[in-house]
Amino acid sequence: MDLFGLIRQPWPWYVAGPLIGLTVPALLLSGNKSFGISSSLRHLCAACLPANIPFFTYDWKREVWNLVFVTGILIGGFLAVQFLHNPAEVQISPQTVADLKALGVRHFTGMMPADIFNVDHLFTLKGLAFFVLGGFLVGFGSRMAGGCTSGHAIMGIANLQGPSVVATCCFMAGGFAMTHLFLPHLMKLL
Amino acid sequence: MEKVEETLMCDAPNDLKQEEHVVGNLKYGILGILFGIVFVKAEIISWFRIQEMFRLQSFHMYGVIGSAIAVAMLSVWLIKRFRLKTLAGEDVVFHPKSFRPGQIYGGLLFGLGWALTGACPGPLFAQIGTGYGVVIVTLLSAIAGTWVYGFFRDKLP
Repeated sequence: MDLFGLIRQPWPWYVAGPLIGLTVPALLLSGNKSFGISSSLRHLCAACLPANIPFFTYDWKREVWNLVFVTGILIGGFLAVQFLHNPAEVQISPQTVADLKALGVRHFTGMMPADIFNVDHLFTLKGLAFFVLGGFLVGFGSRMAGGCTSGHAIMGIANLQGPSVVATCCFMAGGFAMTHLFLPHLMKLL
Repeated sequence: MEKVEETLMCDAPNDLKQEEHVVGNLKYGILGILFGIVFVKAEIISWFRIQEMFRLQSFHMYGVIGSAIAVAMLSVWLIKRFRLKTLAGEDVVFHPKSFRPGQIYGGLLFGLGWALTGACPGPLFAQIGTGYGVVIVTLLSAIAGTWVYGFFRDKLP
């Protein structure tokens, strides 16, 4: 069996999920760190522009591990593409392809649709909606909720925290609402 | 006192009493690299996969998140049950979360953004690493969103 060839293939959920789950004990046992990624955005605010806002005036240097961790994620993304690249298209469900085609998505190569995530759209309404508004909602929402998919859905639920279950249900509800209620109109308008 | 409270509100706090320096922090960078590779190889950073999830047209993302929670939950239980210590010999610290309305409103707003960008904060970094440069704009906007929340925090639920 060609192990390297196998690693280059997309990894199934039952390999990826447990590996992600193991991040929780790895961080806890290596240095008493609770898993959570959106905190990095807060530390970046605290480091770059605290502006005397109480929410950002804390010792961010003590939390620098989180910034090192997300830098690692970025490098990991780079390494995965450089050395473990799978040239085939993302094998998504034919139904999803049909639904997205109906919305006007034409390109199904790579991880993101070139129809939307393209530098040419940077200064258009499309770019404003998908990059600027989308990013803003992710940053604002995760901080208001006190965590994101990692801090609430994985770390919080694994620690049996009721508020994290509530937050995770709301993450999903928001996603369903955007996909089914707003996205069709957005794609038509832009 | 106020400041201590604020820091504890952080959802991913550093509870190690011992100080860590550059080499100590490197291990989190290595964990991050492994994590980023999994993100890419399992296509979790794909906008298409997130659409598939919110359209209930594949089990993939539910399998990833579900099995990640199961493994994390078992690990947390084992750490508590056997009182496992950190590498530095300290007790592992867990943080109970208290309920706030922000978890509902913020959660819904986050979900709207998740379906638009096809990424939660972790995958944003991985998407940039894989070469989607435009996502830098999304990340800057997410940082701006975090800042605006901090600015208006006193007036929000």
